[in-house]
Amino acid sequence: MRKLLALLLFVGGPILYLSRRRDERRDRVHLYYDDGSMVTLERGAPEAEQLLAVARSAL
Amino acid sequence: MDAASALADLTEISSQVEAAVVLDDAGAVVASTLDDGERSAQLARAAVDLLAATDKRFESGGRTLTQLEAALREGSVFVAREEGRSIVATTSPEPTSGLVFYDLKTCLRSLAESTATPKAARKRRTPKAEDDA
Repeated sequence: MRKLLALLLFVGGPILYLSRRRDERRDRVHLYYDDGSMVTLERGAPEAEQLLAVARSAL
Repeated sequence: MDAASALADLTEISSQVEAAVVLDDAGAVVASTLDDGERSAQLARAAVDLLAATDKRFESGGRTLTQLEAALREGSVFVAREEGRSIVATTSPEPTSGLVFYDLKTCLRSLAESTATPKAARKRRTPKAEDDA
């Protein structure tokens, strides 16, 4: 039982951690302009946080 | 084509779009795929806030923001604007952004064409009437 629990922690822990990291990186804002340029704001940037909060309220 | 028909076409074509709202230049709801008026207004408000925030912070060099995507774990919010009208749509997580933007722009253009058509028809009729007289 103890071995099974250790195995679950050993395998499941990193998977859970990596999936959460990937989910966090997914949060971003893309801005497209009429001249064809694009700006990407990653999560963590102050401008992005404000926009992501507004977007979250819409979902 | 009216706004409601354009939105019906949009949801039929784009399986990724969960909800969409068309706004006029003042930010008022013109049409919505949602039955809940309050939810439509909430989505419209979010679009207005997103556009206002980006216009305020990122306007530079005379370029204009035409579309934006806010991608979240829970899903994405898309906003596109053209000729005074805007459209906001929500999708499930990890949508095909290019396709969603294309569908939203197509919806806006079909609305613009439908409002332009009666004017063009009137213009065409005027010289004919003058010729008759």
